[in-house]
Amino acid sequence: MQNDYDVIVIGGGPAGLAAAIKAKEYGLKVLLLENRDVLGGIPLQCVHPGFGLHYFKEDLTGTEFIYRFIEKFKELGIEYYTGSHVMKIIPVSDIEKRLEVITPQGLLELTTTTIIYATGARERHIFEIGITGHRVAGIYTAGEAQTMMDIDGIMPGREIVIVGSGDVGLIMARRFALEGANVKAVIEIMPYPGGLTRNIVQCLQDFNIPLYLSHAVTRIEGKERVERVIVSKVDENLTPIPGTEREIECDTVVIAAGLVPYLKVLEKIGVMIDPATKGPVVNEYLETNIPGIFVAGNALVINDLVDYVVEQGEWAAESAYLYVKNQGIPSKKWRKIAKGRNIRLVVPHYVSGDRDVMIYARVQKPEENVKIRFPEIEKEVKLPVVRPAEMVRIKLRREEIKKAKDKITMEVVPND
Amino acid sequence: MKVVIVGAGIIGASIARVLSQYEGLEVHLLEKCPDVGMGVSKANTAIIHPGHEDDPNKYPLRAKLCVRGNRLWHQWAKELEIPVKWPGELMVAIEEEDLKTAEHYLELAQKNGVPGARIIYREELSKIEPNVNPDAAGALWAPTAGQIAPWEAVIALVENAVENGVRLHTETEVRGIRIEKGEVKGVETNNGFIEAEIVINAAGLYADEISKMAGVDGFSIHPRRGEYYVFDEDAGPKVTRIVHQTPTPITKGVYVITTVEGNLMIGPTAQDLPEEAKEDTSTTKEGLDFVWEWAQKLVRKLPPKSKVIKTFSGLRPEPPDGRWIIEAYDDPWGFVNVAGIRSPGLTSAPAIAVYVVNELLNGRLDIKLTKKAKWNPYRKSMPRFATLPKEKRQQFIKTNPAYGNVVCMCKEVTEGEIVEAINRMKRIGIKTITLDGVKFRTLSMFGTCQGSYCRIRIARIVARETGIPLWKVSLKGKGTEYGIGDVKVLLRNSKEEKKNAE
Repeated sequence: MQNDYDVIVIGGGPAGLAAAIKAKEYGLKVLLLENRDVLGGIPLQCVHPGFGLHYFKEDLTGTEFIYRFIEKFKELGIEYYTGSHVMKIIPVSDIEKRLEVITPQGLLELTTTTIIYATGARERHIFEIGITGHRVAGIYTAGEAQTMMDIDGIMPGREIVIVGSGDVGLIMARRFALEGANVKAVIEIMPYPGGLTRNIVQCLQDFNIPLYLSHAVTRIEGKERVERVIVSKVDENLTPIPGTEREIECDTVVIAAGLVPYLKVLEKIGVMIDPATKGPVVNEYLETNIPGIFVAGNALVINDLVDYVVEQGEWAAESAYLYVKNQGIPSKKWRKIAKGRNIRLVVPHYVSGDRDVMIYARVQKPEENVKIRFPEIEKEVKLPVVRPAEMVRIKLRREEIKKAKDKITMEVVPND
Repeated sequence: MKVVIVGAGIIGASIARVLSQYEGLEVHLLEKCPDVGMGVSKANTAIIHPGHEDDPNKYPLRAKLCVRGNRLWHQWAKELEIPVKWPGELMVAIEEEDLKTAEHYLELAQKNGVPGARIIYREELSKIEPNVNPDAAGALWAPTAGQIAPWEAVIALVENAVENGVRLHTETEVRGIRIEKGEVKGVETNNGFIEAEIVINAAGLYADEISKMAGVDGFSIHPRRGEYYVFDEDAGPKVTRIVHQTPTPITKGVYVITTVEGNLMIGPTAQDLPEEAKEDTSTTKEGLDFVWEWAQKLVRKLPPKSKVIKTFSGLRPEPPDGRWIIEAYDDPWGFVNVAGIRSPGLTSAPAIAVYVVNELLNGRLDIKLTKKAKWNPYRKSMPRFATLPKEKRQQFIKTNPAYGNVVCMCKEVTEGEIVEAINRMKRIGIKTITLDGVKFRTLSMFGTCQGSYCRIRIARIVARETGIPLWKVSLKGKGTEYGIGDVKVLLRNSKEEKKNAE
């Protein structure tokens, strides 16, 4: 039986493009489906630098970075659709998945042996973070504001308050300042910043933008458009402290409260979700619990660097290649990566000991002078500092993994 | 004869539709917002009540027109293809003693002529609604209760009325009513004078102000605010029936429902606001906490808070003593109040419209109205691409490739539907195409991400179809523009200021 494709890559951002290119290089029959009318995904709207430091060993803007992948992709003559939307995935068998796709050219029904799901993430919005008040104009998610400014060339507002100090929020604070807006505050509910240190320095400190830690915007007020926000200090349970309220006048609120893997189509077919990553549970092939469906990039776990996203895309492509070649992933005894002290999330969830595996993790809270320890396999990695904003990325060697019986705990311990 | 209806909410739109059946009338439907149904009508619990909640001695009109309205919606929803369902309603008695209250409402059901209502007990209750609080003693079961998409109801009514000759004037605010020798002559608006012998006041929260303009004083409308939570469409367990609790002296409690769009929704509060707070549709922590607390008592389990995709509040126009003011007057002759239409206003709207025409215009004012020989009772609903069968979809894309472009991922709304919504807005005479207008017609921006992905894509389509710059596309009209100018507007302005200072 012959499927239309060996692999269908869903999503034409950095993870999807990298996956499609690698899969093509492995000699697979590849199709890529992108929802927007252009390839490239989110980096298209990222005019700031900081892209490609690991992958290209160069400091590129998002647009420069993704352009290299688009060029390569087109050079290889990989088949693709833009303006397409996957309505449904039907896992017919372990070696046949059927996709129902809408495109402006018509409805398509396609079969494939494997799928690489690389649809990225969605932004958490105002109703998910408990802000009450008026639903008025002037409220944007950070990504929406970025699209407005750097794809469509329009200015959202004048006096800006940014909710959340993740990298997207910090980048947008600087972006607004560069266009002459008055960024009045970045409000962060946690006691530490959510973004990379380099962004705190380059995006806030260099522009004298105040960052309020342990603060929350509790309410937005205004008649037609935002007129002010109410900000409170929060206690250690992140609950607003009565009596600490104050107003900040502004006409624009930018919500940068984090990203969530966008998995609507996968959730419908019973893919297991990890409540910590909000992405799928995967093994060392980045394969979900449905055989032959692989996930990469921000649809898998929210990454802090695009370089890791690309790494996962290529990893998933290699997995798809092995899957096609071997008619599936061999049966294995899986060892679970368990979360120990100060580990908030870890990906992948299962390893076998048959191959080296890159482990991505995030900590719960910042800590200095620590060891990342895997007690069952007696592995330790010393780190001067760990922060929730920065992914910990450690390679486990196959011979190390083999030492564990059925689980490998990952924990952060003081380095004494 | 010229008729002006002030307010294109559910009441004004229903009256417009009924009047469009009659010969020799020139009906003008006036709305101060850029779109219809954007006030009270769009933000409520959207229930078609059975009619057992009002004491006919205290509220005779409410009692009578609610039961009639419930019956009429069956026909109207079919003719106008308005999303509607009829799951029935459970007024749950949580404690044994609450059953006495349920019995009181059963008596009202009998008095008001509500069909099928009866008391049920624990065992049957959990059969009829498996997700109800298993400890509840029983309920008043009213099988005639329904649910509707309230904004689409208004849109459908207006589309149908306009099709039958009614003229819609949006962004038209009534500033005065001209009366000569005790007779209505017309209304002064921001867009000039509109002549009319009959002025029907269906101005919702502002009906008191309009009435004052006609010299009919003596009542004021204050807003009563209700706050709600809406859950994501995949969040459960959902309820099948409309579930609420027996009212207590302290609270009427809240409803737990699954909307016609398929989302679990809980609410509302009932908070009386001062008369001047007629635009205060803000949510509050206190209100939302109240809703959560009371909803929890009604059902076995609520979804986690992380599954909430939206909170909102709506205002209800509360008249003095809760009595609807549906009256015509000798002086000024031609002025008709349909004011203070609080709950069950949505349910009763069709019956209110028929009552206004039959009892007040035909009866009280003795205008001899005759029906048109030809009147089109039908209106086609918007195509919902995601729900169409495969062959239909293929056909849609073939005729218009825009139906193959999914713009809103969560609700799978296509560019074709966005454009169709814009065209329909233009067709009924809407001057400013708003994002809210598109949202309520297509259900785009209604899903998990609440428009964070697709709002800009929709705004681009609106800009393209209306020929205005993207930043000028508005959420709900003037003052709610999407942006403030091109991306260099602030830098350019500050440069000019510096130059001017030199």
